[in-house]
Amino acid sequence: MSGPSIEAVNLSKRYGSFTALSNLSLKIEGSKCVGFLGPNGAGKTTTLKIFTDMIRASEGKALINGVDVHLNKKQALGSVGALIESPEIYPALTPREALSMIAEIRGLPRAEARKKIEEIVTEVKMNEWLDKKVGKFSKGMKQRINIAAALLSDPEVIMLDEPTTGLDPRGQSEVRDIVKDLKKKNRLVFMSSHLLNEVQEICDEVAMIDHGKLLVYDKLSNVTSRFSGDGSNVVEIELSREIDDQSINKNIASLGGVSSVEKVDSRKIRIHFTGGMQNQESLLQELATMKIGMISFRPTASALEDTYLSLIKDTL
Amino acid sequence: MTQPNPSTVQSLNERVLPSSVSQVGTITKYELVNYFRSRRFYVLLIIGLIISGLLTGLVGYYRPIGFLDSTLDFYLNWWGMSITFVIILSGIFYGGDSISGEFQNKTGYFLVGNPIRRSSIYIGKWLAALIASTIMVGIFVAITIGNGIYYFGFNVPYQLWESLGFALLYLVAVLGFTFFFSSLFKSSSMSILVTVILFLFGFSLIEALITGFAQIEPWFVITYGAGIITNVLKDPYPVTQALRPGGRGETIFAVTIPEGIAILLGYFVVTAVLGLILFERKEFT
Repeated sequence: MSGPSIEAVNLSKRYGSFTALSNLSLKIEGSKCVGFLGPNGAGKTTTLKIFTDMIRASEGKALINGVDVHLNKKQALGSVGALIESPEIYPALTPREALSMIAEIRGLPRAEARKKIEEIVTEVKMNEWLDKKVGKFSKGMKQRINIAAALLSDPEVIMLDEPTTGLDPRGQSEVRDIVKDLKKKNRLVFMSSHLLNEVQEICDEVAMIDHGKLLVYDKLSNVTSRFSGDGSNVVEIELSREIDDQSINKNIASLGGVSSVEKVDSRKIRIHFTGGMQNQESLLQELATMKIGMISFRPTASALEDTYLSLIKDTL
Repeated sequence: MTQPNPSTVQSLNERVLPSSVSQVGTITKYELVNYFRSRRFYVLLIIGLIISGLLTGLVGYYRPIGFLDSTLDFYLNWWGMSITFVIILSGIFYGGDSISGEFQNKTGYFLVGNPIRRSSIYIGKWLAALIASTIMVGIFVAITIGNGIYYFGFNVPYQLWESLGFALLYLVAVLGFTFFFSSLFKSSSMSILVTVILFLFGFSLIEALITGFAQIEPWFVITYGAGIITNVLKDPYPVTQALRPGGRGETIFAVTIPEGIAILLGYFVVTAVLGLILFERKEFT
């Protein structure tokens, strides 16, 4: 396969008697967004730090595009943009200078770097602050610059460790849009997050880890259908007018794949169904033809949340 | 959003990274920008100017014989007695938290995840500290010479240039040492504190104890090696002397120029290598 790839080969990390990561083997190939989920202390950040050579693995290898990060960091990370934890930027520098430094380290020609910095800073909505000292910025503003730094050189592999940390709701939404755009640009995005909604909205695949061990790695739809409660997916429908119980029971509950229908309120219902994306598509089509005043059709996080809760029992 | 051009993606993969030497230059450049914008540069500059100002005022007002007896005495007392202090301050200000700060302040997370060797970051930061400190030494020597010209005309003794060369070598060694301690600790205050204690009190105390009680030449103490900065301004150059005051044997040690250079170079090489190894191995946990 010629697309970007990251691979953990029997990756372990121990701190004395504590095992942060245990024999993690995971290969991700191609242009996609993979959500990396797990409770606090599960080993998510440890994995990302090994992939960026911030820490060394006790055993095993971390490969990016087939290159061992520890043995050949420069080559391996040449195609990677990473945001690990929430880095601080030298407070006396401006975003333009901090990003210019990254551009020079990454070998962007000066003219291209100048143009790219303007573009990326506009994308993270920090263009008005481009020449102000970073030391005066809020946490969210710094995080936007960190995201800009990770994306500056158009890397084909992007590793993001809880990228929306510190951002306000608008900022979180903007970051999600940025990640969605990256998928369209044929990038491989490996993103850890605690926010299941976020992962469900933007990721194609999901890897779950707990106590340093990989529990599952598969397509999001496969994972949710395999592990969530009754194996069903959930969509939430909003209506422009009220719906009665009879319509729900007679018309909607009898649709193919629907296992149950829950009335949230007079204008909102939640439909549990099986059969993955194929059934979801036909369900949408049939609901649209019913002319019940459907104004939104939105898969909820509950399927992923069910999966998460069924696989991960402890919070620490 | 436009779809990517396959050739663009390919060109991204094929982008040639700068050499490690070039990346060292980048780190040095931005570290210097950071220094010159931060308060520490101005604080150190003000301290240097206060020392120079005090000396200028005191010598101008009191006209002490020790300073004004001869050109060489002037430079020995003015430059020789204060330059090591300026160098130690520079080492503490620029080297004390240079590496530990990357961990404590989390600025390292911004840099280390990029395609750059840690050694390039270490060397780049070290060079920036050396350049900034050299500027301080330069300002101090300029003020010293300015005063020397006022009192003795343009007759600047060649020994001052030798002493300046040894002072720069001492600066190199001090920065090697401070970077080593900065790599050893993750806490900036700890690395600065240890450096301050060692250079302002520790080494002098060790040197005094060893020479006073054990009567051993303290060739393993960096401040003893730095003695060449002042010794070269003495005429004749001092030599080790065995004295017998009151029937008790005592030796006054004087470091020779080759010994001093060897001690300072040795300190630099050993601490620079150890510091680099520590930084390479240290984890951003």
